[in-house]
Amino acid sequence: MPNPALTEAVYYILLSLTEPLHGYGIMQHVEQLSRGRVKLAAGTLYGALNTLLEKGWITALSEGGESRKKEYVITALGREMLDCELARLKELLENGRTILGVKA
Amino acid sequence: MRKIVHKWFWVWNFDKEEKWLNEMAAKGLALTSVGFRRYEFEDCTPGEYKICLEFLENKFREAENTKYIEFLEETGAEHVGTFLRWAYFRKKGEGEFKLFSDNTSKIKHLTRIIAFIALIAGVNFYIGCYNLFLYFSWGNAISLLGVLNLLVAAFSGVGLIRLFRKRKKLKSEQQIFE
Repeated sequence: MPNPALTEAVYYILLSLTEPLHGYGIMQHVEQLSRGRVKLAAGTLYGALNTLLEKGWITALSEGGESRKKEYVITALGREMLDCELARLKELLENGRTILGVKA
Repeated sequence: MRKIVHKWFWVWNFDKEEKWLNEMAAKGLALTSVGFRRYEFEDCTPGEYKICLEFLENKFREAENTKYIEFLEETGAEHVGTFLRWAYFRKKGEGEFKLFSDNTSKIKHLTRIIAFIALIAGVNFYIGCYNLFLYFSWGNAISLLGVLNLLVAAFSGVGLIRLFRKRKKLKSEQQIFE
C-alpha cells in the first residue's frame, strides 16, 4: 500500500494525541518531544487539526467537564496512518544508514 | 498613556505593517485597537508583547472566524481587533510569536490575500474598460470614475505581482523543504 509522507507537523500532532490534549497542550507537547526544535504556530496547528478531523484521523472529545477548551484524541484510522509512517521512516533510515555506512 | 498613530500600509505590505507594530512594541507601545489607517497603543514594558496579523479565512461565516480567534486565545494570544478581515493579535512573553510555522500554511494565507486583491483588480478593470468603451464608441463624456477604476486596477495589479513573487519564493523552497 503506497503511503504518502506525513508532514512533520501532522506526524508530531498525531503522536501527541495518543492521549487527549487541547490545542495549547499539543503545541507544548510537540516542542518538548522535539527538544525545542519543532515549534508549531497556532494558526498552522488549527488548520492541521481541522484537516485531520475531516479525514477522521483524530476526533474532538465532547465538551463539558472542568475545562471549556476542546480536546482532541487520535482515532484507530489515525493510529493506522502513524504505523504506516513509521514503516516509511524505518525504510528511509535503514537505506540512509546502509548507503552512508552509519551505524545505528 | 494612550497614543494614536495614523499610518497607511498597502495590503501587500502586511509584513512591513507587522514589523512596524513589533518595533513599536519593542519600544514600549503595545497595540490596543485598530481602525482605518489608525492604530491605538498603550504603554507596555519594552519587548513585553509580540504582534501578528492575519487575513481571516471566512468571508461570510463570522462564527468560523470567532471559533478560530477563540482557539488562538486559548494558546495565549490576545485578539486586539479586526479591521476588514484583518485580525491583529498580540502575545506576551519571551518566546517568538508566529501564526504560521510551515510553508504550506504561509502559502495558503498568501493565496487568500491574492484572491481578494485579484477580485478588486478584476472588478475595477472591468468597470474601467466599460467606461472607456462607452467613451470611444458612443462618445459619452469621459467618466472620471472610470479612469479612477483603471488606476485602482493597475495599482492592485502591481501589488498582486509582489504577492505572487513572495508566494513563488515559498513554493520553490517547498520543492526541497517541507
